Amino acid sequence: MTADPHPALELSGITAGYERRAPVLRDVSLTVHGSEAVGLLGPSGCGKSTLAKVAALLHRPYAGTVRLGGEPARGWRHRAPRAQRTAVGVVFQQPRLAADPRLTLAALIAEPLRATGRGREATERVRELADAVGLGGDLLDRRPHEVSDGQLQRACVARALVLRPRVLVCDEMTAMLDASTTAALVTVVEDYRQRSGAALLAVGHDRTLLERWCDRTVELAGAGGGTDGEEVRSAPRAPADTSAG
Amino acid sequence: MSAVLKGGPTLRAGRGRRLRVRASAAVLVAVLAAVLLVPLLFPLDEQAVDMANKLHAPSAAHPFGTDDVGRDVLLRCVYGLRVSLLVGVVAALAATVIGTAVGAAAGAAGGRTDRMVMRVVDVFSSVPHLLLGIFIVAMFRPGVWPVVASVGLTHWLSTARIVRAEMLSLRSRDFVDAAVSGGASRWRVAVRHLLPGVLPQAGLAAVLMVPHAIWHESALSFLGLGLPTHRASLGNMIQSARGTLLAGDWWPTLFPGLFLIIPTLAIASLAGVWRERINPRRRSELML
Repeated sequence: MTADPHPALELSGITAGYERRAPVLRDVSLTVHGSEAVGLLGPSGCGKSTLAKVAALLHRPYAGTVRLGGEPARGWRHRAPRAQRTAVGVVFQQPRLAADPRLTLAALIAEPLRATGRGREATERVRELADAVGLGGDLLDRRPHEVSDGQLQRACVARALVLRPRVLVCDEMTAMLDASTTAALVTVVEDYRQRSGAALLAVGHDRTLLERWCDRTVELAGAGGGTDGEEVRSAPRAPADTSAG
Repeated sequence: MSAVLKGGPTLRAGRGRRLRVRASAAVLVAVLAAVLLVPLLFPLDEQAVDMANKLHAPSAAHPFGTDDVGRDVLLRCVYGLRVSLLVGVVAALAATVIGTAVGAAAGAAGGRTDRMVMRVVDVFSSVPHLLLGIFIVAMFRPGVWPVVASVGLTHWLSTARIVRAEMLSLRSRDFVDAAVSGGASRWRVAVRHLLPGVLPQAGLAAVLMVPHAIWHESALSFLGLGLPTHRASLGNMIQSARGTLLAGDWWPTLFPGLFLIIPTLAIASLAGVWRERINPRRRSELML
C-alpha cells in the first residue's frame, strides 16, 4: 500500500488555523490510501476538525498542500474546481447544524445532485440511499426539526455518499448518537468503502470505536500552540474484511 | 409555591401581550376598512372649500370639526391616512428590497466586496437621512412618487446591515460547508441556503419601517416638500392647522395627529411581538 504513487488523500506540511500567528495545526502530514480507513484521534481543541475541513477543501491552510488522487488541490471552498470539491464527502458532528432547516430529508439527500445538475437521478438515488441508511418512507418527507438527531445524521451520511466520493471524511460522525445508530452508520460507511474502494478519514475522540473501525489510527497531540501529526500508533485491523484494497 | 411565584408575572406578561396584539390588530382592521371603504362611500373633492362653515368645533355634522377653509376634518383624516399608508407600505417595501439585495450580496460575497459595499453604506449612513430625503424630493415636482423614492432610497441602509450580519452568521454554519462540499455554486448557496434564512428578519425590518416611512411622509409634507398642499395628507393637515392652533382651535391639529400616532403604534406593536417570536432573547422596543 505504501508504494501507491497516488494516494486518495495526501496532506503534507499543513499549517492551519484561525489566526495566522497562532495556528492550531503546525506542519501536519497525513496520507490515506484508496480503500484505507484511517482514524484521527486527539483531545478537543487539538485541530482534528480543522484538519478534516482542510482535507475536504473547506478551509484554506496557511501552508502545505492537499493532494486528491495525486492531483494538488487547486483552491479552497468555491475556488476549488467542482470535481475536486465533490470528490470528498463530509459528514459533520452535529446533524442539526449540518442540515438546512428548510429542506425535507429527501431534498437534503438530493441537494448535491441538484447542485451539480444531476437532478434527474435524484428520485432513484434517494430511494437507494434511504434504504441503505435505514430511513423509512414517510421520514423522507419530514423536515429536520421533525426527526431525531440519529435520523437526521442518517440523512447526512446519505447526502455525503450521494455523489459517490472517492474520499469520505467523517468528523465526529457518531458523537451525538446512541450505540445502535452508531453501529448502523458505521456499517453503511464500511459497506460503501468496500464497494467503492473509497478512502476514509474518521475523526473522533472515541479511541475504542476508531481502533475497531479503522485500519490504523493517528493521534494529534493537544500541545499548546501547535500540533505535530506524527503517526504514533497503529491499531490492529478491524475484524471486517478490508483486505480487498 | 415557587412555581406559582415564578409563573405569575410571566402569565400576566403573556396576557398583556395578547391584549396588545388584539388591540393592535383591531386598530389595523378598522384602519384598513376605513381607508378602503370610506372613499367609495364619501368621495372627497380636494379643491372644494366652504368658507361659511370654517373652523366649526366637533359636532354631530362634523365629528372632528372643520378646518380653516371649512373642510370636514374626519374625511380628510381618512384620505390622509390612505395616502400615508400607501407611501409607507410602498416605500418600506422598496427600501427592504434594495437593502436585502445589497446586504445579501455583501454577506454572500464576503471579503473585499463585502468591505467595499459596507463602506459605501457607512458613507450614506453618515449623512442625516432626512436631509438626503429632502434633497431627493427637491429634484422632482411634488407628488406621491417622489416621496416614495425619497423614503425608499434613504432607508435601505439599516436593512442592508441587518441582512448582511445575518448572512455572515449563516455563512459559517456547517450546512453551508456541506453545500459547498456538495458542489453548490456561490449563487446556489446564497439563493437556496442563505437568503431564505434572512427573509424573516428582512420582513420584520420592512414592517418596522412602515410607521417610520409614514412619519417621513408627514415630515416632508409638513416642511412643504412632500405632497401638493391641496392633497389631503396627514402632514399637510398638521402643517396648515398650525396657525389655528394658536387661536385655540385644537381639532384640526389633534385629529390628524392621532391618525398618525395610533396606526403607527399598532403596526410597531405587532412588529415587536413578531420580533420577540423570531428572537426571544432580545426584548422588543418600538422603532418609530
